[in-house]
Amino acid sequence: MKRKAAHELDATDRRILNALQEGFPLVPRPYAAAAAELGLTEAALIGRLKAMRESGVITRFGPFFDAAALGGAFCLCAMAVPEERFEAVAEAVNARPEVAHNYARAHQLNMWFVLATETPDGIEAAASAIEAGTGIPVLRFPKLHEFFIGFRVAA
Amino acid sequence: MSIDAVDRRIIAATQGGLAFEAAPYAVLADRLGLSEAEVIDRLASMQARGVIRRIGVAPNHYALGLTANGMTVWDVDDAVAVVLGEKVGALDDVSHAYLRPRNLPQWPYNLFAMVHGTTRAEVEEKRARIAALLGEACRTHDVLYSTRILKKTGLRLVEGDR
Repeated sequence: MKRKAAHELDATDRRILNALQEGFPLVPRPYAAAAAELGLTEAALIGRLKAMRESGVITRFGPFFDAAALGGAFCLCAMAVPEERFEAVAEAVNARPEVAHNYARAHQLNMWFVLATETPDGIEAAASAIEAGTGIPVLRFPKLHEFFIGFRVAA
Repeated sequence: MSIDAVDRRIIAATQGGLAFEAAPYAVLADRLGLSEAEVIDRLASMQARGVIRRIGVAPNHYALGLTANGMTVWDVDDAVAVVLGEKVGALDDVSHAYLRPRNLPQWPYNLFAMVHGTTRAEVEEKRARIAALLGEACRTHDVLYSTRILKKTGLRLVEGDR
């Protein structure tokens, strides 16, 4: 992953990141409209966004879809993987296309991944298949309630 | 909240993001053989229906220098979990907050709040602020630091009508 150190972002970059997490206009010249709000030119905004996308500061720029609204299902899962088997189990888990992301965490439950499937039944099938393949129980943590998501970059 | 085949084509075509060009919806429309107005109308409709949660940037916390990433987890009294979860989720320091089922006896926690910081000490400070906010409604809590990203992919979508 290409990285750009935090100090290379200037105040304008940070304002852009905060403002454009909130939303982006659905008009023919959206960059021009967003730039006007920020006191920038259209070209300057596009240039800065492109640079931040290329350096990896921005992971993605575009619409974010609700997987459930698309008929899909999501489930956070966790496993307690013995240290000596960790790499092999990670490989087996990651090989499944239903695994959207997977993090190692410092805890007895040391592997946390998200299953994303087209249907709710797909979650059970994938979790069961991982249990059968690894012999390790997969704890399921489906989302019961989601709270307002707010995240601000310190200005 | 149904989406049709054209919506699905628009969704599939924006998986990689919007073009960094002055008229990104026109670029999308050209690729799909639609008019710019139809693309904009359909995106607006999907946003109104909740199919699109938002349009904008996803910052990379690591690239921003926020390399300490702690999943804070809390055992909160069920009677007040939603009310308190709203307050925790609204904190600037919290990027995601969810209620999830406990898995007893191994896992007593029902509120999950992701906290980012430049150092673990900073994450601990933010965790202390959440603990203060939850007060006595929280019986026990923990924080799980991520030590490695093992896999990261975007949302996949099967193309075509369903």
